[in-house]
Order: sequence, then structure tokens, then C-alpha cells
Amino acid sequence: MTVADALLFSAGYNAAVVALGCAAFGLAAGALGCFVLLRGRALIADAAAHATLPGVAGAFILAALIGWDVRALPLLLAGAGATAALGVVLVNALAGGGRIRDDAAMALVLSIGFGIGVVLMSVVQSLPVGGQAGLKGFILGQAAGMSAADAQLVGALAVLALLLVGVLFRPLAALCFDRGFAAAVGLPVRALDLALLGLMLAVTVAGLRAVGLILVVALMVIPAATARLLTERLEAMVPIAGGVGAVSAWVGAALSATLPDLPTGATITLVACALFLAALLFAPRRGALAFAARQAMLSLTVARDHALRAAFEAAERAPGATHRWVELGRGAGWSRWQRAVLPRWLAAAGWVRAEGERIALTDAGLALARDLTRRHRLWEHYMQAAGGLGPWAAHRAADEVEHTLPPEVAREAEAWLRRNDPARLPAEGALPAPGEAPTAPR
Amino acid sequence: MSIAPLPVPALTVQHLTVAYTRAPVLWDVSWTAPPNGLVAIVGPNGAGKSTLLKAVLDLVPRLSREVRLFGLTLDQARRRIGYLPQRASVDWDFPATALQVVAQGRYPRVGWLRPLPRAERERARAALAEVGMAEFADRQIGQLSGGQQQRVFLARALALEADLYLMDEPFAGVDAATERAIVEVLRRLAAEGRTVIAVHHDLATAPQYFDHVLLLNVRAIAAGPMASTFTAENLARTYGGRLSLLERAVAAAQAGTRPAPPP
Repeated sequence: MTVADALLFSAGYNAAVVALGCAAFGLAAGALGCFVLLRGRALIADAAAHATLPGVAGAFILAALIGWDVRALPLLLAGAGATAALGVVLVNALAGGGRIRDDAAMALVLSIGFGIGVVLMSVVQSLPVGGQAGLKGFILGQAAGMSAADAQLVGALAVLALLLVGVLFRPLAALCFDRGFAAAVGLPVRALDLALLGLMLAVTVAGLRAVGLILVVALMVIPAATARLLTERLEAMVPIAGGVGAVSAWVGAALSATLPDLPTGATITLVACALFLAALLFAPRRGALAFAARQAMLSLTVARDHALRAAFEAAERAPGATHRWVELGRGAGWSRWQRAVLPRWLAAAGWVRAEGERIALTDAGLALARDLTRRHRLWEHYMQAAGGLGPWAAHRAADEVEHTLPPEVAREAEAWLRRNDPARLPAEGALPAPGEAPTAPR
Repeated sequence: MSIAPLPVPALTVQHLTVAYTRAPVLWDVSWTAPPNGLVAIVGPNGAGKSTLLKAVLDLVPRLSREVRLFGLTLDQARRRIGYLPQRASVDWDFPATALQVVAQGRYPRVGWLRPLPRAERERARAALAEVGMAEFADRQIGQLSGGQQQRVFLARALALEADLYLMDEPFAGVDAATERAIVEVLRRLAAEGRTVIAVHHDLATAPQYFDHVLLLNVRAIAAGPMASTFTAENLARTYGGRLSLLERAVAAAQAGTRPAPPP
């Protein structure tokens, strides 16, 4: 069997059903994970996942004692769900009384649950029945050993959880954003919180067999975090997270089915991590590259504005003044890479033209430089009139705000000047004098 | 010939006590709010002002209580009550637009399980426009300034179309333009016969913005019309010893200016 076979469902009926079941789990975990994350429940999900181990082992022991099939997945998952729910109740009881902090309560339940589970696992090993090896799969995940019936159970749980998330979408969103308001307008917030916890438990239990209890929380957290990088809307974030979860689970399960020594949980988690890293780098607005590009663009624009303003002020004194790049760049404080980029940009945009060895502003360049100079001087005047700064401080302060504040704020500043200190504003169309111009004291 | 009914107080609390862990946050507070108008709850930090609003809305456990809203229980009066929580109480990085947050004020009327009908969406948009935020409807709320976020919260409260508004520090940390916009909205609500009960921190502006006041410091110290209740003596009883500063605040308030900064 090759990876391609496993991915394209051509590795036999059983493998195809298992891949689909895993994908369904990934879809549900990713979608629900958005709400778990936004409600701040990621840690309690992890505690609950670890608290499943005593349930799994306990169910196995119970089945062995009364002679049932120790490998029956529904029984093992029921045990897992029961102790996970107990763990959640315990966290709330410990933290609710204000005796211990939330995070301490969760860490406590996580380690106690896992500890008891490990002890019970050693009891399991000593039982005179077969099938103990399968239990190891619950810790790190082993999709390869799943039967078609197992996968159908997992898929059914996942689809049920997904449907409930769809129905409760808006109430859950209101709960996660502002619980106080939701309660004040009559939403049953306690029931909703319980529903969210219940769904979280269902998805955790559904993922145990494929992903394992140690990493099941990863499929709730990583796809949601990935989706948050890609969108600013919850109604887009939930499907994207579901998609990331489904793809991770499907690809990861296929990879580990091809290489049977690879634990499925780790493979699925690493695929999800790869998608997260890609989003972290390449997300259109929140991604690292987009951020770096915005920073570079801002610093380029600032350097350009300074040079254009200097050129304009020179033209004010002597119309048709020409410049040398070196002087212009030094005056505007261009860095090395800006010296390489900016002359090309200014020329390509048609703001400067060459005049022999020297350069001069074109009409378009002059118009832009005039706007920039006007904006700078308005801010200078505003800083002096409204902020009471001296001319030099006003010049520096204007430099700091003029490039980053949006135009509507600049218009507000201008309107303020018009109301409170109109002497600083020249007639329509003319430029204000440089900020050093003296005016009547306020 | 009909007889005008006696005005029902918007809010009555009797013997309200709230304790979180040990010491009570509110102790035996009994207070009747006027049937309409703008009411400030004023008191020092830790006086239980926010807790009073939350206890009325059943958001915190009450030890003993008797709360009536328009003479009804909370569940009966729910549709007539609007709540504006503190801005800092939510995570503004939440993936939602300003319009979606305001729309939360319309869902209680139409049910939460189906999408908001177009007409309701337009009402949410109108509420945003009323606080001067129409052009920011589709912006993610984390990309708004603090004052703009406060306006979004106010618009969501307005979208509820309530008769009694409980507002937790509506003026906290907002710019001057937003403060003016909020005052305008509050005055309109009062003019329409609605009641606004707001936790307010700024002693200097309280007499300008509000008609009535409840002075609170764990217990209800004094309540009544602003002019007769907001006195230096009552404030001293509310705030304890810091008299000189308070007298200056009252003098400045009566003169209609802001208090001079301490020397």
C-alpha cells in the first residue's frame, strides 16, 4: 500500500472507512475547537483527554471480569467519557470554591487522571485475557488497527457533534464573546456552557482511538489557531478550522497506515502543525510575511515622504530646483536598502525626472510633495495650537503621527484648527506657512 | 375619565446582599430608582457599583434579595431590560464585526437559532449609525479604537430597545467625542421616557450628565435627585475622609466646570 493509495481510498474498504472516520473526527474537532479556544477551554479539554485513560483501562478490566469482549470500542469509549466527565466536574469543584487557581486545578486533574490510568494499565497487562496491545493505541493513537465498525462509530459521533455545533452556532458565539450580556438577555448560559463541555467530551472520546489521548487536544487547538490567522470572521473561521482538521486527520491517517510503526496521533498532529506554520508565514493579513511587507512599505513611504518634502521646500525657495540623489537621501535619512530601492520607485512612479546628472520633481511629483508638505504643516500647527508644543517639538511630533494616522484623523485635526485657531490656516488652496510661523498666544 | 396610573419604579431592590468570598460586597442595599430619567451610581472603587448591576441581572449569586423591575421579576421583565457591560470585560480580538456584535441585541427578539432577518439586520445597522459608527459596520472589532468599541457596545444596548438600561461605566476610557456622543444618546433615551442607570466614576461630570444619583459604598449611603443629594456632606460619607478634594469637585461641578488639578 502506498501513501497515494491510502489518500485516494484505494487501499481496500477497511482503510477507506477508517480514513473517512478520521477525517470526520478532524472536521468536528476543528470546528468545535474554535469555540473551545474562544471560550478559553483548551486546557480543560487537555485535562479531560488525559482523564480518559482510567476510564479506558477500567472498562477493559470490568469487561475482562464479567467476560465481555474486552476490545469492544463502544464500551471502552463509554468508560473514557465517564472518567473524562468526572475530571471536568472535579476541575470545576476544585477551582469553583476559590481554594485553588483554575490552572492548578486543571494540571492537578490532568496528572491525577493520567497517573491512575497508567496504574490501571499495569493491572490490565496482568489480566489473563488477550487484546491488551490494542489499548496502547489509546495513548498515542493507532488508526491502522481500527475496524470499519470502529471508524463508523467515530464518524457518527463526529457528525452528531458537528450538527449540534451548527444548530448552536449563534448562541455559542454569543456565549464565547460576552457571557454576561448573553445571560442578561436571557440566553441559558449555564446550559450552553454544559453543552460546549459535552460536545468537547464527545469529540475527545471520538478521537481517542485514532489520535490518542495525549494529542487529541491538538486537533481542537491547532486548526482553530490556524483558521484565526486566516480570517477575522467566526462564520469563516469555523469551516476553515474544520477543513484543516479534516485534511490533517485524513493525510495523517493515510501516512501512518502506510508506515505502521508511525503513531497516527503524532502524524496527524504534525500535518496540522505544518498547515499552521504555513498560515503563520503566509496568512494575508496576520501572517509574518504580510507583517514584514507592511513594515517595509511603511518605512519606505516615510523615507519617500521626507525626501519629497525636502525637494518641495527647495522648490518653494527656488522654483525648478534640481537635486542629487545622494544629498536627497542623506537629508531624508535613507538607509542603505532604501537608497537602492527609492530612486527606482520614484522614477518608475513618474514623480522625478532626470536632468543630466541631477533630478527634478515632475508635475505629478510636485503635486504629491505639495500634499505631503501641507499635511505635515497642518499637523505641526495642530501640535502647536492644541498641544502647546514648541516649533521644533511640533515638527518632531508631526513626523511621528502624519504617516500612520488615518486621513479622517487628519481631517479632524484640520477641523479643530478651523474652529479654534483659524489664523493658522491659509485661504483655500494655499499652503500653510511652515509650522514655525508665530501666531497669537492662546 | 381615566385616572393616570401611579408611575411604577423602573427598579426596586430591597435588602440586597452580595458576598463573593468573605466580606460582603453589597450589604443590605434597599433602593428605588425613579420611573424614568438618567441615574448615576457613584461611589469609590470596590463600593459594589458594578456588582449591584450584576446582582439585579442575576449574573452574580445573591445572598438575600428582592429585586423588582417595573414591578415584575427579572424573567418577566427581561425584554424590557438592556445591559451594557464594561468594555474591558470581553476579548476584543474575537472574530466578529461591529455589526455582528450589535446584531446580538436583536437576536433576543427573533430567536438565536436562525439567521437574522434582513429587517432586523437593518435595525442593527441603524443602531450603529445612531452612535456614529455606520462606516465601521464591517470592521473587525479589534481594529476599532477604545472609544469606538464603547460605541459598539452602546449600539448593541440600543438595539435591544429596552425601557431600562443598566450601564457599567459607559464613559470609562473614552475620548471626548465619544463622551459627547454617549451623552447625546443618553439624553434621547431619557427624553423618550426610558430609564438609564449608569455606574459613573467622574464626580465632576456626574451632576451635568445625570438627574438622579445613588451614592453607594457597600451600603446605599444616599439616593435622590442630583441637586439635593450630590452634596459635599453625602460625598464625604460615601468616600470617607478625603474631604478637601471632594469639596473642590462639588464646587467645580456646581460652577459647571471641571475641577482644577491638585496643586
